[in-house]
Amino acid sequence: MNELVASTVSRAEVEDLFYHEADLLDSWRLDDWVELLTEDAAYYVPPNDKPDADARFTLFTIADDIVRLRERVIRLKDPNCHAEYPLSRTRRLIGNVRITGVEGDVIAAAANFIIHRYRHNDLNRVFVGHYRYKLRRQGGRLKIAERRAILDAEELGLLGSVSFIL
Amino acid sequence: MNYQPASHDFVVENPEQQTFFVNREVFVSDDVLERERSLIFDRCWIYVGHASEIKNPGDFKTRPVAGRPVIFCRDRDGVVHGLINCCRHRGALVCREREGNARQFYCMYHGWTYHPDGRLKSVPGEDAYGTAFDKSEMGLVAVPRLEQYRDFYFANFDRDAIDLETYLGHAKEYIDIVIDQSPSGKMQIISGTQEYDIRANWKLLVENSVDDYHLVTTHSTWLNYMRNSGVNVTPPKGELLPTRGFGRDLGNGHLTTDNPNYRGRPVAHWISVYGEDAKADIDALRNELVTRLGSARAARVADTNRNLCVFPNLVINDGSSVTVRHFYPIGPDRMHVTAWALGPVEETEAQRARRLHAFLTFYGPGGFATPDDVAALEAAQLGFAAWREVPWSDLSRGMGKASDQQLATDEGHLRVFWRKWNELMERRA
Repeated sequence: MNELVASTVSRAEVEDLFYHEADLLDSWRLDDWVELLTEDAAYYVPPNDKPDADARFTLFTIADDIVRLRERVIRLKDPNCHAEYPLSRTRRLIGNVRITGVEGDVIAAAANFIIHRYRHNDLNRVFVGHYRYKLRRQGGRLKIAERRAILDAEELGLLGSVSFIL
Repeated sequence: MNYQPASHDFVVENPEQQTFFVNREVFVSDDVLERERSLIFDRCWIYVGHASEIKNPGDFKTRPVAGRPVIFCRDRDGVVHGLINCCRHRGALVCREREGNARQFYCMYHGWTYHPDGRLKSVPGEDAYGTAFDKSEMGLVAVPRLEQYRDFYFANFDRDAIDLETYLGHAKEYIDIVIDQSPSGKMQIISGTQEYDIRANWKLLVENSVDDYHLVTTHSTWLNYMRNSGVNVTPPKGELLPTRGFGRDLGNGHLTTDNPNYRGRPVAHWISVYGEDAKADIDALRNELVTRLGSARAARVADTNRNLCVFPNLVINDGSSVTVRHFYPIGPDRMHVTAWALGPVEETEAQRARRLHAFLTFYGPGGFATPDDVAALEAAQLGFAAWREVPWSDLSRGMGKASDQQLATDEGHLRVFWRKWNELMERRA
């Protein structure tokens, strides 16, 4: 890590953000979660067979701009979102948090995740992978400009749908 | 008068009472699945892949086809093959990668190697075999039949099957409409594969893919999203959907919906979701369609949607975007789904990005609609545990109407599938 990054942000601050985000997502406080995002944030889940791809040229599992991401939150809060009603219980463990670089005002960070997901009438499904974040500081607060959840599974297979936010 | 049948048949049709029932045993039974494997999947044309996926000599994709491991590949001379991925020596896969470009296929067990056209190339210690050993007979086994229609390749494990084009029948006309989006008549599978399991019987996805009756209830959150984005999705009074579409029988068990569009199409039908700056581009696409095809055909391509089911398990959804999706049973209560996006080869970067964005709005395991379809199918499968007590699925909607009057919200097109299914299942194995 270069000196500039070190002076801009600490790993502890990034970890705090990630752990806070994980708590908001696991407790389905999605409106609060949206507050962690910048006004131009994006959320990606690349396809399992092309984890490094670009959403402009490749069919992703999820590629939300902020407009669709806000709509996704509206959907997830609606009892007619049948894939998440009743809501899944999720528990995510975030680890191996690293600051991976800085470019202008963008801080790149990475982390590993294990998300256990339980649903009534369903199997326990375990989503394993890593995150790649782009963070920006706004008004003193570290905000999420982009989050990319890259799954390790070769295919979704028994993971089924990605109906909650990874 | 009893509404539901007293018989034990799988499919019970009663024109007088205008009823059509399917016995739910067909969704839970291992015996039924075994019969489906031999009477349907081993005798019908099963989708393998699209020519664009193996563009260059040596390109290959490995994938299951009707339960067999298959290498879908293009040899050094450009000829497309469907090779069974099984070493002639002791049976191991000779290609264990998902995709790539191969000079040869190499069995890592004992080192037999095969040319990309399947011919056996070399055998370590060949002198240990007797005089009858003939390398020219020992190439990889090809699927018994491999044929294509406009770059869509299908395999048939029945050597005596009718040819693919005859089999496809009127489905070809609907495939043609999809392909007419492309100025050159060339579509391509876009990179990125969606592969997911649904814990439900595979036939439920046939029904669900073409059933417009469920749209308003199952997909109300998607309709909300459209509404929030400024798209008019309010049905006229007395209608279930924003536009009145039809369900069509295409012969040989193939079927489609045929709907006036309201949901936007990346080919030449703008909606507010695409943004103001996309308007001029969409107008240009429309002009190209009109110039090339004439205004009537252009309107057919741009202003109508279709969810096409090629019997038994290929679905092409030409709606908010184009999906190519097929599925295969892993058990009576589980299927594996594979889906891709399809687009014209000449699309610009902006057009391609718009198509992919539109795809994800509705379709796929992270879309705003497909996960709810999956939830509905899985809920049905759970309900079927009571198939003995609650045996009949009701597909009677529209039974009293002529075949050309079947709405997409009726079940006439679903009955097309079930009649073909029943016909094939009643044959002797």
